[in-house]
Amino acid sequence: MTATAPASRPARAGRRPGWSLRLERRLEVPRWLPVATTAGALVAALLISGAVLWIAGGNPVAIYVHIFRSSFGSLGVLSDTLVKATPLILTGLACALAFRMRLWNIGAEGQFLMGAWGASAVVLIPIVPAGTPSIITIPLMMVAGMLCGAAYGAIPGFLKAVRGVNEIIVTLMLNYVALLWLSYWVFGPWSEGGFQLSRPFPPEAWLPRLSDAAEAVPAFAGLTVHLGLVFGLVAAILVRFYLFRSRGGYEVRLIGDSPRAARYAGIDVARKTIVVFAISGALAGLAGMSEVAGVVHRLQQVISPGYGFTAIIVAYIAKLHPYGVVVAAIAFGALILAGREIQPSGIPAMIQGIILFSLIASEVLLRYRIRLERRVD
Amino acid sequence: MSDPPADPRSLAVEMRGIVKRFPGVVANDGVDFDLRLGEVHALLGENGAGKSTLMNVLDGLYRPEGGAITVFGRPAEFRSPRDAIAAGLGMVHQHFALVPTQTVTENVLLGLPRPRFRLDAGRYDDEIADLAGRHGLAVDPRARIWQLSVGEQQRVEILKMLYRGARILILDEPTAVLAPQEAMDLFRTLRSMVAGGTSIVFISHKLAEVAQIADRVTVMRRGRVVAAGVPTAETTTAALARLMVGREVLETIERTHQPPGPFVLSMRDVEAEGDRGLPALRGITLDVRSGEILGVAGVAGNGQSELAQVLTGLRRCSAGSVTVNGVEVGGKTPRDAIVQHVAHVPEDRTGVGSAPNLSVADNLIMKSYRDAPLARRWTIDTGAVRRFANQLRETYSIAAPSVDTEARLLSGGNLQRLILAREIASEPRLMVAVQPTRGLDVGAIATVHRLLLDQCAAGSATILISEDLDEVLAVADRVAVIYEGRLVGLFDAADADVAEIGLLMTGGRTSPAAEPAAAPGVP
Repeated sequence: MTATAPASRPARAGRRPGWSLRLERRLEVPRWLPVATTAGALVAALLISGAVLWIAGGNPVAIYVHIFRSSFGSLGVLSDTLVKATPLILTGLACALAFRMRLWNIGAEGQFLMGAWGASAVVLIPIVPAGTPSIITIPLMMVAGMLCGAAYGAIPGFLKAVRGVNEIIVTLMLNYVALLWLSYWVFGPWSEGGFQLSRPFPPEAWLPRLSDAAEAVPAFAGLTVHLGLVFGLVAAILVRFYLFRSRGGYEVRLIGDSPRAARYAGIDVARKTIVVFAISGALAGLAGMSEVAGVVHRLQQVISPGYGFTAIIVAYIAKLHPYGVVVAAIAFGALILAGREIQPSGIPAMIQGIILFSLIASEVLLRYRIRLERRVD
Repeated sequence: MSDPPADPRSLAVEMRGIVKRFPGVVANDGVDFDLRLGEVHALLGENGAGKSTLMNVLDGLYRPEGGAITVFGRPAEFRSPRDAIAAGLGMVHQHFALVPTQTVTENVLLGLPRPRFRLDAGRYDDEIADLAGRHGLAVDPRARIWQLSVGEQQRVEILKMLYRGARILILDEPTAVLAPQEAMDLFRTLRSMVAGGTSIVFISHKLAEVAQIADRVTVMRRGRVVAAGVPTAETTTAALARLMVGREVLETIERTHQPPGPFVLSMRDVEAEGDRGLPALRGITLDVRSGEILGVAGVAGNGQSELAQVLTGLRRCSAGSVTVNGVEVGGKTPRDAIVQHVAHVPEDRTGVGSAPNLSVADNLIMKSYRDAPLARRWTIDTGAVRRFANQLRETYSIAAPSVDTEARLLSGGNLQRLILAREIASEPRLMVAVQPTRGLDVGAIATVHRLLLDQCAAGSATILISEDLDEVLAVADRVAVIYEGRLVGLFDAADADVAEIGLLMTGGRTSPAAEPAAAPGVP
């Protein structure tokens, strides 16, 4: 930023007195402020969305209540919300970690798909014979999913580290490559009877769900929450530990703030770029594994309604904090779920968009304070 | 014009009882200031004394909580710099606001309503060349900003203000970014502008240049004026220094010379390329012993930055060898230099020497986070980090509310203390300090010098690279002069001839002493 004051208009001489708004640069940001502006932005977003809904002839309050009910209103829908949140937590963490180092990984979607492919390969190639117990199959699928995601993430990392290629473009384009790669396998070698989906996985390759325990605990009947949620929560704890309690995480934060200072501190920034991209890809890959093994139970062409893209918003709303990602992912899981209930289903998407815009706009409040002033000309 | 009468009609600016508060500090506490027509009025004070705040209030960037301002006899209440410039008052900040890819003319016209749609570049080029010529601001209107030196960019900023009709110019530490020669050019320009009727406020904390350029000087300390409008002819730099820091400053540095120890650094025929691939170092041969300070004097851009980078592993050398304690570090990585206990106080404190948005604690552990006791295998012990950071904060008097404060909130002097604290804590065998006192106030400069000397007494070999020849001569045992990437002279600081060094720095001639530059450093 330059030192000149933004956005203040020149006072026109000889006008009647009045009040005017003025932006003044903040020297210090109080701790509570980021939380307050985020909350304020969310409220503003709901108000703006409400206005749009009202203009369109809807009753905003009724719609919000309906959205809330259809996402959190009962144990059943809460479980569904968490199922939708699970891939968002993992991909959100993938983005948050990369963004912390100012690596703009827009490719969580592609890494998610490659993770799903890798996990599927374990049972579809198959790498383990049918009937292999879950205790072996599932860890193998996890490893395969994470490795595929990591390898796929390492490509833009490598190109950026070695040749300085812009990672935004590479990751964005690789999303389409991943989608086509998946298409090839589900239309070709793994197609079941010519349809664009594979045969179902054997039950040993399914992640355990709460409903599996319904015989012992009847309340669990019909609850689709699966082990992937635990992966997400554990990953959030690990990523937080990594960022704030480990040497590697310190390096990520240092590079993210000032790559030149990091080099001065003796950090191999190029190597770190590849490593962090790979970790980020592994998290997204695990999300893909969790989705095919926990929800879809087969590989098909459409397994993600854009989790990897929503993850960018999730990470941003969470201010790149791992625990914030969990909260934001659940909120967005709820919005995705509400799309099923609210017609037209574009409404939750609109609300998502308005939330993002409000949040970006609220950033200005972190850097400037607004002063209301009396104009005396 | 040395001392016109203080008649209100001759005042360009009159500020009375200005109060400006920021959270936790009163930056201006009832400040009075006036600027006469056609004078250069220096505003002197340490970092954080409130000089820039006062001028930002005048320029309409900040709104004061109290006080009154008159400009050219009319009450002024500027809401923005745009209002200020409409009243004939323009400020040139330390950090320029120029568009690098546009031409000088385009930058000057930016934001003006007049060339509405079609830019008749030729006409405006001539107009601006004419304006520049009249004020002695040599700059090509057709040049693009990125092609210009810092000094030329500063002229463009001044031109912007003049083109908008500024008759009062506020310059915020204009020489901080300039090489000595460029500063002299600036002073000449300012003189000719004053002769043409412009009034100038010159914010500075350098006593020598205030004495040189200003007609009067106002000294601020901790948000208050401690000396108002004193004619510079009637005061001395010592008196001003005392007013500025509120205590007597010893301008001479107490220096005890210890017997030189074993060689720590040895450079042999080192060559390196600069950022643009041109030779920047051309055969540097140099030895520095433990307990010795070698000063490297030279005009900016003669290879000093590259020399520091080669020593610290940030730049590869294309030929020759650099050894520290007998271990080769040339052509290796920064990590290899750190492992050999090479400490580095970099030229760019905010871009290289610190991570602005990380905490003081995170900044203090940049060199030691890999090792015990701060690290346990791959984890970091946050308790140990806090203890370590708090201890350094105490020892080096880093003024920060806590070690969680973000580094960007520290003043220049405090940030430099932080960097020195960190580097000294790494127990250096070789300390490479580049412009360690640039932009700092008198008190902070003394602290930096004392820390460097203590470090040297503790047995470290030190290379002090500075454009301030007085500093080099005061602090160093030996002085090496660098010109166009070559060492052109090597002297004992005690019997160095300033005139000769000045000549060598500017390429006047080559000293015969340059040939056996590896002469042992016996003071």
